[in-house]
Amino acid sequence: MARVPIIRVGDILLATIQEDLHDSDALALQESLTTELERTGANGVLLDFTTVQTVDSFLGRMLNDVVAAIQLLGATTVVVGIQPAVAMTLVELGLELKGIRTALDAERGMRLLGSALGTSVREG
Amino acid sequence: MSSEQIDLRVPIDGEDSIIAARQRARQLAQSLGFGVVDQSRIATAVSELARNVVRYATGGKGEARIRPLSEGKGGIEVVVSDEGPGIADVGQALGDGYTSGRGLGMGLPGTRRLMDEMQVDSAVGRGTIVMIRKWRR
Repeated sequence: MARVPIIRVGDILLATIQEDLHDSDALALQESLTTELERTGANGVLLDFTTVQTVDSFLGRMLNDVVAAIQLLGATTVVVGIQPAVAMTLVELGLELKGIRTALDAERGMRLLGSALGTSVREG
Repeated sequence: MSSEQIDLRVPIDGEDSIIAARQRARQLAQSLGFGVVDQSRIATAVSELARNVVRYATGGKGEARIRPLSEGKGGIEVVVSDEGPGIADVGQALGDGYTSGRGLGMGLPGTRRLMDEMQVDSAVGRGTIVMIRKWRR
């Protein structure tokens, strides 16, 4: 099972989406992210799509839903690492990722989250 | 074996088969020399069609046939078929904004935008066959 591990770094939860995520794993991720947010009191989420080669309308909708749920919990999400080919495909497919903050890679994403949360994210 | 003889048949019968079908299509597209953006378009289109079968077809079962096309600079064809409830109004289903329920209303129109050709044959009570093609440029 390609379950998505969630790692906590300070006030931020990191989730690296695995290639070819199963539908059930995608739904489980929604639930575990919101549960972890409540449990840890984290206020930022970084979703890393670097290794994801295919984002279809199901995964795109899951992404929209999870970002909306995280926002309702008072936290901010940044999506990083969407491959250029995936980005072009999503646009042509007609999927709008409305109001989702994105960054090119995890480092920029952490910086964006840091400024969005009004705290400085320590860089190693 | 020449590439024209390749004719992959992937049974569609659940979540795993959605991933299997789009992986096989991507692999063939890659071996035929399609670039990464076209590989993504093809894999995503197959994912959409396979998911339609899993969600809406009777018993969620169907089949994807994947084969190379030799005309012109070459291409790839995927035919996804099921014996599900069928689509009453194919024209409407191809229009943006159409949804039969839980979908986002972008399945078939979105898939068509990703591909060069799409043909939908459907009869209520008998099933649906969707053929998609992408040509190398």
